[in-house]
Amino acid sequence: MKPTDIAAPDYFHKVVDCQWACPAHTPVPEYIRLIAQGRYSDAYMINWKSNVFPGILGRTCDRPCEPACRRGRVEETPVAICRLKRVAADFKDDIKQRLPHPAAKNGKRIALVGGGPASLTVARDLAPLGYHCTVFDADPEAGGMMRTQIPKFRLPNSVIDEETGYILGLGVEFKGGHRIESMKALLAEKYDAIFVGSGAPRGRELDIPGRKEAAANIHIGIDWLSSVSFGHTDKIGKRVIVLGGGNTAMDCCRTARRLGGESVKVIVRSGFEEMKASPWEKEDAIHEDIPILNFLVPVAFIHDNGKLTGVTFQKVKAEYDAKGRRSLVPSGEPDQTIECDDVLVAVGQENAFPWIEQDCGIEFDKWHMPTVDQKTFVSTNPKVFFGGDAAFGPKNIIWAVAHGHDAALSIHRLLSGEDITERPLPDVQVSSQKMGIHEWSYDNDISIDKRFKVPHRDKIVALKDIRAEVELGYDVKLALGEAHRCLNCDVQTVFSTALCIECDACADICPMDCITFTANGEESDLRQRLKAPAPHADQDLYVSSDLKTGRVMVKDEDVCLHCGLCAERCPTGAWDMQKYFIEMTYAGSSCPTRSRSAA
Amino acid sequence: MTYIAKPKFHHPGLKKNELGYTHRDYEGKISTLCAGCGHDSITASIIEACYELSIEPHRVAKISGIGCSSKTPDYFLGNSHGFNSVHGRMPSVLTGANLANRDLIYLGVSGDGDSASIGFGQFAHSIRRGVNMTYIVENNGVYGLTKGQFSATADRGSKSKKGVTNTDNAIDLVAIALQLGATFVARSFSGDKTQLVPLIAAAIRHKGASFIDVISPCIAFNNHAGSTKSFDYVREHNDAVNRLDVLVGRDPIAVDYAPGTVQLVEQHDGSRIALRKIDADYDPHDRLGAMTFLQKHAAKGQIVTGLLYVDPEAEDLHEHLNTVETPLNTLEADTLCPGSAVLDKINASLR
Repeated sequence: MKPTDIAAPDYFHKVVDCQWACPAHTPVPEYIRLIAQGRYSDAYMINWKSNVFPGILGRTCDRPCEPACRRGRVEETPVAICRLKRVAADFKDDIKQRLPHPAAKNGKRIALVGGGPASLTVARDLAPLGYHCTVFDADPEAGGMMRTQIPKFRLPNSVIDEETGYILGLGVEFKGGHRIESMKALLAEKYDAIFVGSGAPRGRELDIPGRKEAAANIHIGIDWLSSVSFGHTDKIGKRVIVLGGGNTAMDCCRTARRLGGESVKVIVRSGFEEMKASPWEKEDAIHEDIPILNFLVPVAFIHDNGKLTGVTFQKVKAEYDAKGRRSLVPSGEPDQTIECDDVLVAVGQENAFPWIEQDCGIEFDKWHMPTVDQKTFVSTNPKVFFGGDAAFGPKNIIWAVAHGHDAALSIHRLLSGEDITERPLPDVQVSSQKMGIHEWSYDNDISIDKRFKVPHRDKIVALKDIRAEVELGYDVKLALGEAHRCLNCDVQTVFSTALCIECDACADICPMDCITFTANGEESDLRQRLKAPAPHADQDLYVSSDLKTGRVMVKDEDVCLHCGLCAERCPTGAWDMQKYFIEMTYAGSSCPTRSRSAA
Repeated sequence: MTYIAKPKFHHPGLKKNELGYTHRDYEGKISTLCAGCGHDSITASIIEACYELSIEPHRVAKISGIGCSSKTPDYFLGNSHGFNSVHGRMPSVLTGANLANRDLIYLGVSGDGDSASIGFGQFAHSIRRGVNMTYIVENNGVYGLTKGQFSATADRGSKSKKGVTNTDNAIDLVAIALQLGATFVARSFSGDKTQLVPLIAAAIRHKGASFIDVISPCIAFNNHAGSTKSFDYVREHNDAVNRLDVLVGRDPIAVDYAPGTVQLVEQHDGSRIALRKIDADYDPHDRLGAMTFLQKHAAKGQIVTGLLYVDPEAEDLHEHLNTVETPLNTLEADTLCPGSAVLDKINASLR
């Protein structure tokens, strides 16, 4: 193998698995260390810069970081990264002074359609640069689906008000209750750029017999949730069936339990394991006495002269073909009818752009989705950008934020007369953490610690009040314990070939047998010859250039604990523990692009 | 020294031996020696050898004297018996323990000061008697604990860290061990585990006095230009006569050896050593030849490593003394003192 190029920004970034997995690339270990030090405001600001909604995401994020967490590979459970984010939000001081100040206007106007996370992120990046941002939303308040679809017992309004308020306070104009009905009309208003962050607002229908006749008691999940959110709906029948296995279904069933649903069931087509809902959301639903029945496909709504009485299901089983693809086939057992008073349909969301006319230069594909560039988020109209669920279909808040940052960068470059396809490189800093002969600036005394549970409100109390937040969040002590579980994967093992005397001290001390000195070879061959097996090809091998004996140092990054013992036991300082910090490129980053520095 | 504890975590895919242990289970406390010390690599090699042989840790007694090397038994086999004895007195403590309980595996760990200076006589007699043990000298050529004076194994003409030239002749412990009748004699280098680990394994399986001299650079006081025990010097002057694999049980011999290059040695306990010859003419069964070979190469400044001599049919001290199979420490009083009737019978037979 060729020697690893650690100067490439991505190499060490990938080692910080959580940060790499996060669409917004939040510097997770950095803020967890700050939490451990009690510097909650600093931790919050790191999050705020990167993911814009720390308090909201700390309660609701889909957490792609956690399955990636290295702790999960060396122990059973990952660090509770998401809930630590909430800790930063809960215990911070007043951070208003740290926010960017509204800048003098540069005369350029941006229209943002939809007041959800994508649009607000664009506004958050562009307003401090002097752009006049106008956010339009059909609802009276900002937040989009974060406000309308996430139940208050998971995400209180106060948190949404606070964090949307920080952005609107940057001099962003918010036009609530103002639905954009025509793209053409909007284009005619001569904005310098338009960003569409209108989400995926339409709940998918379930067109089976009885749907029309029993419509009074069959509700589309996301519409029903927003109706509950605005207080238009405050009760439901005693027996409720929720159809669907995603996170919206979990929100529906738990909301139903709080509005009078005594026997609430979630019924899914697939198997329990393959459900789209996050495991922790399923757990929370089950904890509230909601059974999840699987392998049942709804075939008809049963009604008595238009009064819903139940749903009939066909029983299915999963079969896998040679390629491992699953199909659900009838199991042959008789159909089952389950009685109920109300049904909530949460079988997916769809995009809908009835307000974008055919002839405004925005192309749509055969699935009625706009043609959007994956990197720049520009549509086929060079002034119109898309982001969040509106761009590539339903995802989640953190993806919307990531899209927003990238789209804001594009808009800024466009309006600065720069090529939007050229993306400036991120700013990377690597600095040694050695403080003394045996002193390191981070906590490297790693022990086996099980994940700490987040305290919950008593179930009886929680089920009585739809606005009572169920999760109470970590207290300071629990937060400290959980923060200590972080392995500091951003403190990198950096190897210097010239200093190595091949004494083997690092290979001997490494608790995970990550380090091997051996003859070089092809990657597939090297992976077989290491001290411990290296089966995860997605985890890189760190290979040195040739050492004096002609061998190379090979380190499998996979389960490295970043304990620093290799550096501690190295007599020549050939190993050093260096903190890697990557600052993603945002609109207005001072880092010049390559072409500009050349010119 | 390192203050943080080595994390208890281990690689999730770590292999287990026949006893279900990983090599981590053979570790001891974290080393307090200087970072990069050759001794730590020897420690790691002992751990690896015991893991590969699936040795039950409670069947091992590790005995040492005084010195950097003699501290190392604290860093391996944390669940074995240990005795950190007086300076240079490891061999007699080990001999006594071995006489009392012949069932244990004896690992004598010593250094060049402990064995070639203060304990030279003790070393000689334990070898001469053929005590069933593995005697490992972690040889760095300096007194590291007292800041780097030449030891008795420092080569004449080599330079100290401060630039002083050694004018005394060196003791070659391998040559002495050969002369005194050790039945397994080897030399290796702490920086070459592929050679050292199987040597330790073979020595543990050898019945009789096994002696391994391991050159182990002192990172603090003997790893400079002018030293003959530095990493660079040993790597440049290492003349390995062979490399080996230890085969326990009925493992088939791997077939990737070129024909005529492998010599099989079957030891007393049925284990086999597959010697991959590097020097085609070297015969590890010729004690006299080994001594000559060693002297010749030493004169040329070469450090001969590998399995230098082995007598697979060796006897040990217990055979010489004709002791009973049962360890003496488990014999009960009625066996040891069978009573006056038996004594009368013996006396009568002598009249």
